[in-house]
Amino acid sequence: MRLQYPSDIKIILVPCTGKVDLIHILHSFEKGADGVYAVGCLEGDCHYNSGNLRARKRVEQAQKILDTIGIGGERAQMYNLSSSEGPRFAQIAVEMDEKIRKLGPNPIKLAKKRAA
Amino acid sequence: MIVADKKPIEEIIEEIKDHEKILILGCNECVTVCEAGGKKEVGVLASALRMYFLNEGKEVKIDEVTLERQCDHEYLEEIRDSMDQYDAVVSIACGVGVQFMAEKYHDTPIYPGVNTCFMGVTEKRGLWTERCQACGECILATTGGICPITRCAKRVLNGPCGGSVRGSCEINKEIDCAWQLIVDRLKSLNRLDDYETLCPLKDWSTDRAGGPRKVVREDLQQ
Amino acid sequence: MKAKTPSKLEKILAAGHMAVTSECGPPRGSDMEVIVEKANLIKDHVDAINITDNQTSVTRMSSLAACIQLKLMGLEPVLQMVTRDRNRIALQSDILGAAAFDIYNILCLSGDHQSFGDCPTGQNVHDIDSMQLIQTVRHMRDDGKFLGGDDIKRPPQMYVGAAANPFADPFDIRVPRLAKKVAAGVEFIQTQCIYNLDKFEEWMKGVRERGLHEKVYILAGMTPMKSVGMAKYMQKRVPGMDVPDEIIKRLQGVEKGQQAAEGIKICIEAMQRLKEVEGVAGFHVMAIEWEEKVPEIVEAAGLHPRPNVD
Repeated sequence: MRLQYPSDIKIILVPCTGKVDLIHILHSFEKGADGVYAVGCLEGDCHYNSGNLRARKRVEQAQKILDTIGIGGERAQMYNLSSSEGPRFAQIAVEMDEKIRKLGPNPIKLAKKRAA
Repeated sequence: MIVADKKPIEEIIEEIKDHEKILILGCNECVTVCEAGGKKEVGVLASALRMYFLNEGKEVKIDEVTLERQCDHEYLEEIRDSMDQYDAVVSIACGVGVQFMAEKYHDTPIYPGVNTCFMGVTEKRGLWTERCQACGECILATTGGICPITRCAKRVLNGPCGGSVRGSCEINKEIDCAWQLIVDRLKSLNRLDDYETLCPLKDWSTDRAGGPRKVVREDLQQ
Repeated sequence: MKAKTPSKLEKILAAGHMAVTSECGPPRGSDMEVIVEKANLIKDHVDAINITDNQTSVTRMSSLAACIQLKLMGLEPVLQMVTRDRNRIALQSDILGAAAFDIYNILCLSGDHQSFGDCPTGQNVHDIDSMQLIQTVRHMRDDGKFLGGDDIKRPPQMYVGAAANPFADPFDIRVPRLAKKVAAGVEFIQTQCIYNLDKFEEWMKGVRERGLHEKVYILAGMTPMKSVGMAKYMQKRVPGMDVPDEIIKRLQGVEKGQQAAEGIKICIEAMQRLKEVEGVAGFHVMAIEWEEKVPEIVEAAGLHPRPNVD
């Protein structure tokens, strides 16, 4: 299909979103990511039964922590789609890109620059 | 195992806000199993704190170490050489670990990063429940292996009280009535007659009432 | 059974009379007039008056102080004592304090959990339980000794009571549980409020089968319903209370203004039925904040005038 999606999104492949841990999300922000989102299979369709449900819970945990420490929980998101929904994948990427652009850069990145 | 629960990050921030070189110290034992104070939780807490202080414009060094245990000298000694790098430690071991650390490292403040809750079991992932209050004089032989001191809200030794309803405790439907469990268990052991044996007044001197407790084993001491 | 203490309640029961007791809750303040007024409303219709001990864990004037007031009025108090708030030192001490004023009756209870009251964040004690409190009072009275083994100068002379809830679970140990209290030394029982008469009678049958009714006097607990709302609340919210739907339907069947009268009627009918049950030795009428209705209930149940045993 060769669908276009924003080029500033770095895709990290995992066998299942269940593999995404809270620490991975936090470390991404610590290293300067402006937003992180996990894209899992549709709920109920996880090949490993509940990987995507776990991922959602971890994203929610990350949101809570990010809110607490002043980074903003909305920078972390969870999406679900099926493997046949290429256009939806691109649409989510655009959506997320717009959302994060509205929020502006990760304050950590700016703080690091100030500190340097 | 000893079950603990994470303290809110806000509370930990409040504890350590005046320090600049902080060690987050985990424990590989009980608190790892109950996912409150193991290596993984050390990583999460440290990462969150680093981001918080950075965002606040404060230069704070936050390191991560997880020891095998925090309730034995030998493991706590492992960090002796690096302790001078820190002006505070957040221990996310149970309260035992926090205190043993404080005893060992006199001039470094040690802050608790978890709330130590009870001795209990993992019923399933994410659900831990209490089983023992360490009263120091076990009565489980007479109660079918179910502890009324721990599991009855009034620790009634000759129960149940009048508030036992359909297997639940009067204080909360979600809590099993310990004495319903005991009666059911005695029944299935064919020992219901034992129910009528009066439990005498308990000697609480082996419990908290007797002050800090110790177990002395001369045969093991060197 | 021959009376072992100077208790009027014991004498009445030992003489084979149906006993009638009632109760007053102390005020949430220090005005003793509240107790005086409540007691005066019921004193000619009951043999003894229970004073509750911080019932439902709501902090109130102490039971002991109110009992002393009743004693000063020449009445017969029953000191309710819960094990929730006092350890064995304080319990023994308060028993002696009551004995010093010649309070001759005690009701040994564990007490509602503090989470129901005004200090839900407080600690509870439960050093001993209600059964062990029965043993403690009997030991102090019969052996004249403290739990620690020392002699008591002028030991308490108390008639020892306890509560029984025939409706709590598990039902099949409810009779064995009474047997256990009897073995601990209890001499009279005041039951939980009875609305499910069939279930109560089933329990009494079990009590008789084990001959427990010959070892302990059982006073049936009665509380008149003031309204449908109260009945529903008791059914849904009060732990260990068994309010059958028929009671609620019957109250719903009359006009709102008549519900209180209907509640009294239900109570009186129950008393008339239970009077005939072998092993029921009397009634404990708990008209909660409705003490003025006690005389009417006692009279209508055919339990007035009260016997004189002195």
